[in-house]
Formats: sequence, structure tokens, C-alpha cells
Amino acid sequence: MLHVARLARLALADDEVERLTDELAAILDAVGIVAELDLAAVPPTSHPLDVVNVWDDDEPRESLSLDDVFANAPARDGDLFRVPPTV
Amino acid sequence: MTPLVDTLRLTAEEALGLVERREVSPGELHAAYLEAIGERDGELHAYLRTAEISDGASIPIALKDVISTKGVETTAGSRILESYVPVFDATVAARCKAAGLTLLGKTNTDEFAMGSSTENSAWGPSRNPWDPERVPGGSGGGTSAAVSAGLAPWGLGSDTGGSIKQPSALCGNVGLRPTYGSVSRYGVVAFASSLDQIGPVAKTVRDVALLYSIIAGRDASDSTTVELPEPVALPETDRLDGLRIAVPTQLESLDAIEPGVRAAFELTLGLARELGAEVGECDLPTSYRYGMPCYYLIAPAEASSNLARYDGVRYGPRADAPTYDEMVERTRDDGFGPEPKRRIMLGTYALSAGYYDAFYGQAQKVRTLLIREHREALERFDVIATPTSPTVAFPVGDKAADPLAMYACDLLTIPSCLAGLPGLSIPCGLSDGLPVGLQLLGPQFGENLLFRTGHALEQAIGFDTVPVRWREGSDPLGLTPADDEGSDPTGLTPEDTP
Repeated sequence: MLHVARLARLALADDEVERLTDELAAILDAVGIVAELDLAAVPPTSHPLDVVNVWDDDEPRESLSLDDVFANAPARDGDLFRVPPTV
Repeated sequence: MTPLVDTLRLTAEEALGLVERREVSPGELHAAYLEAIGERDGELHAYLRTAEISDGASIPIALKDVISTKGVETTAGSRILESYVPVFDATVAARCKAAGLTLLGKTNTDEFAMGSSTENSAWGPSRNPWDPERVPGGSGGGTSAAVSAGLAPWGLGSDTGGSIKQPSALCGNVGLRPTYGSVSRYGVVAFASSLDQIGPVAKTVRDVALLYSIIAGRDASDSTTVELPEPVALPETDRLDGLRIAVPTQLESLDAIEPGVRAAFELTLGLARELGAEVGECDLPTSYRYGMPCYYLIAPAEASSNLARYDGVRYGPRADAPTYDEMVERTRDDGFGPEPKRRIMLGTYALSAGYYDAFYGQAQKVRTLLIREHREALERFDVIATPTSPTVAFPVGDKAADPLAMYACDLLTIPSCLAGLPGLSIPCGLSDGLPVGLQLLGPQFGENLLFRTGHALEQAIGFDTVPVRWREGSDPLGLTPADDEGSDPTGLTPEDTP
């Protein structure tokens, strides 16, 4: 559970870990029945429409202004997003 | 003298008529809805916020709070987007604006559209206009409650596994989940990208078709969209001659379907026969046993990936922490409520090394089976009919502590979503005084067929979309004849107003 929480980048409190452990066990039991089916010969579906890649012309277009880009930022430093130290 | 508009009964088409005939100005109409919101939304909490009156030549609309609206806060029902004000419009919001529609406000939703009751909203649940002790369904309970209570002539929702159809059923209005790829998702807060679709909610099938015609079609900003193969046609016919309707044999053994829901569904099939339709049986063996498990692997897996973007760097609140990693983990822990956390954890697990093939990979193969069995049924029949929801609206709090009970609400709506098929829910009667929804499923891009079928049935059913407690005369069956003297579609009779 803690490993998955780290992968998901969630700092879960102890009581949350306990609750989620029980809940996820029950949910995995319920959804795990997909294993009953022998699907070795069935291809997977990742997209419901039969479409292929869509290409756009590589032409410059108007985009957001920098002020718009930073409008919702918790911390701005010039033209950069400021964050706490990474190391 | 300024005409008085009673919004409770007014359809979007009637509202458009009032504006076109200049009996009411767009501003007066908008103000009438704001007044109704002031009167009735304290109890219902359909809206998270109303917008300032904007210029527009047409009628107003409500948008679910997952749809980005330039300059109007958009939270997706989550604290992690608190105070987030989009700097651009979602394509669907822009198309509504271009059609002259004015934004009434943003409607409540389960957090990130994850839920079937709106109880997962970080801002508190919405209430069902038919009985405020009960949920309006979800995740789009806010839009459906608003339409049902006359707080908007129509609105947009988003549907991943039933979030338009199920609340429409529980609130007694009409909702369309369009074919995947027919409506742009650009600027809509993403939940599960291979399933999310935007769609209309209104009081009538014609209103839904009209709103669908405004939002549908290819958008260069969403590469999964395509041009509609045929233009949207507003339904006119009241007959169903020659239409082949399939009922899945599996419905009979589903104990989850309440007797009252079953009874209303059977009555509606009888009406379809009277209108000239043939009703037969089809087989969807995988859908109702493996559809829900398949969905609760695929949707959380995609959600865990989509929700990785909420990291406190570019928008949203940020938790104080000495390092970047701790800041991200605490921001996400503070910002996400229990249901998104559950789904992020479930999805991350289903995608993690060693489990991918057994869970996510297997679910993608089940999805192929679902597509195949729906295709086979729709080769022999024109539409598939089921109840939309196995139950009527349930009491607030009833399922909130049991995630699996909540997930089971979407038992009947999920399979066709996985198959990428359009679905229309129309009200088909009452059970214990609460609305029952009929779900009509068609082939990809078969919306016009669903509109024709739904419209003909709607005329025959004659469902009164106004909640019983707000009608002047009691009508417990909800089957008001079309020529009922007591109904006043335009609401323009001054003596009818309180």
C-alpha cells in the first residue's frame, strides 16, 4: 500500500492507509473476476473508435500569453514557476 | 408590463420561442432563472456558483463544473482546484457562447466526476428536486437537479460510465451520452480519457437534440473528435413502425433492478409495441457480469494518469513543504477527497509492474468482448432498451460509506460506455413517486435514431417533468395528458404565479 502511495505521489495519513487497505482489498476482489475469462486470443481495446493518427500542419498559432499561463500559479518567479528545492 | 416567466415548466424550445418572438428579452429570461435559483437552490445546491449576466442573444445554460469557463471559477468539485479560474473556454463552452447562450452558472458534481450521487463533491451534495432527502444521482447531479427544478432550461454534463444518463433518470429529465468522439473534450477536466464524453441534459428529447447540434462535431483541439456522418435532425415523428427494439435477456435475472423500475420499463415496452415497434430479445452475456469490473479497472487506471497533473506547481492550492517531493505529496493528500484517492490508488496498482497484464490488460480485452456483443445485438436490432438505473433516487447517505454499493449504481449504463455507443435516457414513469429512466442504446453515431425513438416514446408516455411537490394538482402517476388544462408550458399566465 505504501509503495503504491509513493508511486501515486500521495502522502497518506496512517488512518487513510488503514482504511484504503480494507477498501481496495474489497474492490480488487470484485473487479478481479475479469481473471475468470480466457482471453488469450482476444485483442485489447484502448480506444472505442476505429480512427488512426490525426496530423496537423506544423504552423505557428496564437497561444496563451505568459500572464495567462501564470495566472493560476501558486508561485511565479519572472517567467518561471517557483517550487521548493528539488534536492 | 414585464411578462412573468415561470421557469419550472419551460422547455428550452419554448424559451427560444419567447426570445425569438421578442416576448421576453434574453436578459429578462436570464434574470427569471436567477430568481428561480434564488428561490429553490438553497435547498437543492445544484449550483456551485452563478455567473454574472453576460451578453447573449439567446437563452441561458448551466454547465457542469468540469467544463472550463474563461473567467469563471472551475473546480471539478475538488479542493485541489479551489479558486482555479480558467484563462480559456472549453470548446463546448465556446460553442454555446457562439450560439448566443448565456452562462447561468456552474453545477455541482462528484469530485472529478467520480461518483453516482454528488455526495463526493468537496462542496457538499446536491439534493433531488423530487425529494430533497434523496440524491439527484451523479456525477452530474447538479445539472440534472437544475433542469428538473427549472433552474436552467438545459445544461451540459460529462459522462464516463453513466454521469449524464443516471442523474437524468433519477431527476426525471432527458440526458444524452453521445458517441465517443462526437463532442470535443478540449478544456474539460479529464477523468478517463478513453471514456469521457460531454452531453446535453434537458426536459425534452428535442431540446437535447438541439443542444447536441450546437456542441457536436470535429474540433481541431481534440484529435479524437470526428465530423458527424449526418447532420442532427430534430425528431418529429410519433410512430415507431418497423423499429426493432432489443431487450437483453440478462435483465430478467438482475436482482439489483427494483420491481417498480421493472414495472415502468415493461409498461414502456408495451407503449413501444403500440407505436409499431417490434420488441425482441438480445444476449449480452459479458456486459452485466464483467462490465462493472472492467470499468473499475480501466477508468481508475486512466484517472491515476490524468490526475498526476495536480502537483501544486502550475495551478491550484499548494501545501507548504521544505522540498519539492514533499510539497507534491502533501498538496495531493490535502487536495484530493476520499474517492479520487481510492481511484488513484486502485488505478496505480492496476497499472504497476507485475499487475498490469492481470488487471488493466485483461480489462482492455474484456472491453473488446463488450464491443463485439453489442455489435452483434445491433446487427439484428436497431436499438437496445434497458432501465437506465436499477433503482430510483436513494436517500442521501445510503451508499456513501460503501464504495462497491455506489459503483453498482452504474451497472446498466457502463457496458455501452465501454463499447463507445451513444445512450439516451428518457423519463418513463414513476415508482414510489420518484422518476424511472429508460435507457436507449444505438450504434455509433446513431444519435438521430435515438432522438426519433425517444421522442415518439416521450409523446406516448406523457411524463410530467415537474416534480410532484411543485405541481398545483397532485398527479401521482406522473402521466399528465398532453392537453392537460392545468399545464401552462409558457408560464405566461400571470394568475399562475405565486
